[in-house]
Amino acid sequence: MSRPEPEKSIPELTSVFTALGDATRLELVARLGSGQPRSIVQLAEGLEITHQGVTKHLRVLEKAGLVMSERSGREKHYRCVPEPINDARTYLDTVAEQWDAALLRLKKFVER
Amino acid sequence: MQDRIEQSIEINAPVERVWRALTDHNEFGEWFRANLDGPFKVGEVTRGQITYPGYEHLEWVAIIKKMEHERLFAFAWCPGSRDSDLDPSTEPQTLVEFKLEATRDGTRLLISESGFSALPSDRRADAFRENSKGWEEQAKNIAAYVET
Repeated sequence: MSRPEPEKSIPELTSVFTALGDATRLELVARLGSGQPRSIVQLAEGLEITHQGVTKHLRVLEKAGLVMSERSGREKHYRCVPEPINDARTYLDTVAEQWDAALLRLKKFVER
Repeated sequence: MQDRIEQSIEINAPVERVWRALTDHNEFGEWFRANLDGPFKVGEVTRGQITYPGYEHLEWVAIIKKMEHERLFAFAWCPGSRDSDLDPSTEPQTLVEFKLEATRDGTRLLISESGFSALPSDRRADAFRENSKGWEEQAKNIAAYVET
């Protein structure tokens, strides 16, 4: 079976897990999940934090590569970048698969 | 998103048998595929060498957290480490928990691993690279085994 090396460099997952480990940031990512760019005002709608608070969270997400910002006139719009989330999910899937294999070995070991 | 994985398996063996396979370091090493240097004791560090083909350059470094007889076994480890002198009490770790439940046919074993956000990226990167190499082949072998 061919196992090609990943073409892209190994992603920085630490900041992704940390960035997504916060309920507000998770909500912001969910709101951007449709792919539609949104302004800070739109993103803050219905959230119980200030625009400044939202900006702070967006900065963490941007640093982790989870969102991108672009200027649109006088406003800044944010959009979601799906790749880091997929990478993090792939990593966890791999860990889960490894444990699955280890548990099967354990089962075989004690049932023999 | 949770930085946690959970798995479970039904085993046709009594809880005390599964408990021994988990907490006796020699038995653990046999199925996990590692040479471990000493018995598991709460609060103490165990070291060793992974013996799984293709992963032999990786170290086993773990600190035992909980041993609740035939119910719960937990350790914090530094997955993907290449450093045999690593101090797991100061290094970032993930927590692995095994929970055992008696069933009519034997034992239900639940395993969880959590805390990936704390791991340094170089170690995670290593684990990531190592893991993505051999898994597909391994999955095929296991499928072949359980289906025969």
